[in-house]
Amino acid sequence: MNITTVQASALQAADAATKTVGTPWINMTIFGGFVLITMVVVLRASKNNKTAADYYAGGRSFSGTQNGLAIAGDYLSAASFLGIVGAIALTGYDGFLYSIGFLVAWLVALLLVAEPLRNTGKFTMADVLSFRLQQRPVRIAACISTLAVTLFYLLAQMAGAGALVSLLMGISSQLGQSLIIVGVGLLMIVYVMIGGMKGTTWVQIIKACLLLFGVAVMSVWILALNGFNLSNLLGAAVETSGDPRILEPGLKYGVNEIAKLDFVSLAMAMVFGAAGLPHVLMRFYTVPTAKEARKSVVWAIVLIGCFYLFTLILGFGAAAMVGAEAIQSAPGGVNSAAPLLAYELGGSLLMGVIAGVAFATILAVVAGLAITASASFAHDIYTNVICKGKSDPLKETRIAKATVVVIGSLSILGGLGAQGQNVAFLVALAFAVAASANLPTIVYSLFWKGFKTRGALWSMYGGLSISVLLILFSPVMSGAETSMIKGVDFAWFPLANPGIVSIPAAFLLGFLGSLGGKEESSAKQSEMEVRSLTGVGAEGAIDH
Amino acid sequence: MSHTSPEPIKLPVDADHVDFAAAQRGEDFVKLRKTHRSFVMPMTVAFLVWYLAYVVLAVYAPGLMGIQVVGNINLGILLGLLQFVTTFGITALYVSFANRKLDPLALKLRTDIEDGQYAHGKTN
Repeated sequence: MNITTVQASALQAADAATKTVGTPWINMTIFGGFVLITMVVVLRASKNNKTAADYYAGGRSFSGTQNGLAIAGDYLSAASFLGIVGAIALTGYDGFLYSIGFLVAWLVALLLVAEPLRNTGKFTMADVLSFRLQQRPVRIAACISTLAVTLFYLLAQMAGAGALVSLLMGISSQLGQSLIIVGVGLLMIVYVMIGGMKGTTWVQIIKACLLLFGVAVMSVWILALNGFNLSNLLGAAVETSGDPRILEPGLKYGVNEIAKLDFVSLAMAMVFGAAGLPHVLMRFYTVPTAKEARKSVVWAIVLIGCFYLFTLILGFGAAAMVGAEAIQSAPGGVNSAAPLLAYELGGSLLMGVIAGVAFATILAVVAGLAITASASFAHDIYTNVICKGKSDPLKETRIAKATVVVIGSLSILGGLGAQGQNVAFLVALAFAVAASANLPTIVYSLFWKGFKTRGALWSMYGGLSISVLLILFSPVMSGAETSMIKGVDFAWFPLANPGIVSIPAAFLLGFLGSLGGKEESSAKQSEMEVRSLTGVGAEGAIDH
Repeated sequence: MSHTSPEPIKLPVDADHVDFAAAQRGEDFVKLRKTHRSFVMPMTVAFLVWYLAYVVLAVYAPGLMGIQVVGNINLGILLGLLQFVTTFGITALYVSFANRKLDPLALKLRTDIEDGQYAHGKTN
């Protein structure tokens, strides 16, 4: 394909995009098919949901391979798929930096967190954090940070769903988008209430297969068009964009010193955030042993790594074949790069498949988030704090289901409010909060004997409030053209991402807090350490 | 949909009957912990330093990253792909290390504990 036809077809795509891209009914049909199939799977999976371990942890009966796929399905959100492909298409190399950060972060989970977590916990992150510390205060803190992180993450996904609709379904009215957000929220509630963790896991597995298959086909297609030569593809991207700098870092984050520091901050949030995301941590409880947890992470790293390698090809492919101008002028803007590229490659049908996959992505991620938040509230607050560990498991499951309805409704309302907001920002915020509020306490309680309740509380509340406050007073909220609140300026913190300040601060607070305070039980410390490495006493799979 | 794990684990032992402090002091556990930490700690530091060095290079030395190596492929793309290679490599190294060195030690200690070797009242 020579350059003139590439540009001509890009213009056609842009022209089509200003109305609708592809054929809405094909998109709708494929998405409807996904909902139908997953609903059948969820109904079948729900037949064996009896105990709390069934509901929260899928009976701990998933294999490492299945769980690895589900983790990939949980982790690769719409922000990863649409956001990163778009970022590479528009800002070139700087978009690729995201891919690397989100992947490397998994080594923290593999080396430090996954296996000890599986060995010492039952259902939630708080199980591990409160193992050898004082139950009540630590559980409450862990639940608050779990809810904060999952809610930010949920808002991002719901807002993304609304934005996607305008592009893919040809629904551009405010009312239409709002209806879709409500629809996604209701579907999520149904999946999680009926299917529990088992149903959610199968939705994520199906979605991961679809997503990986879809991006693999597109990547091979693009490479084939470029003679299976990466250098040719990069050359084509430079030619379309007319700017050789898209192959070098700096287009977005190199503009000034603050932007540079901001990227370093974002990089820290990404690499320390993944292993502190409660919905990712909870997935490690769905396998029977620590060895299977290890296998899950290995599969997750392989699948997620391949996915991010494909985003490099898709991103530069979109830059070459669709072009930055056509992407920016399409409804949905930067997020439309991947669907537009699919349209360019395989017409309406491939675009319909990719659109369906993108919806499936959002649905699977929100379901994972909802079950995490509901488990944390029902298990940590209701059972362990209110009932002091003596609640009836059936009642706990009922509370969890009621929480799903509350969380689902909150996220529908939040998603309606967050329409048009920057999706990537909300996800980055969730990562920064997770890295500050959760990760230091997880690492300390697993690896530092002298860690105390006071340190955990200082670190969790400190990390949570510092990261959220710095965001509130950053240019993201006010004072810049792209801010959420326009016309006012109360920003005194110059960076968009708080990680570079809040993560070290949370580690420091955990250390300082543990220098004083009440002595902890040394017997509990011994038990936790021995169990974390050997798996003694860990709950295994439930046999039905 | 039920899946059986390759290593079926026994029913949870009653934590009250195990003297975990004794197990923690025991030779086997000290060795297991040392083997575990002497791998994961240096490896964690290594990949974090390598990743942050890459990020700092990308942000503060874009000119260096722009040096063309093969055709349109520059140093930045190569170093970025190298991050993927090292991530996959460290994963493979850890898995093989854990399978060879950690699992046998952990399994032996767990069997001992579940057999009551570290039960309260037993001197070790």
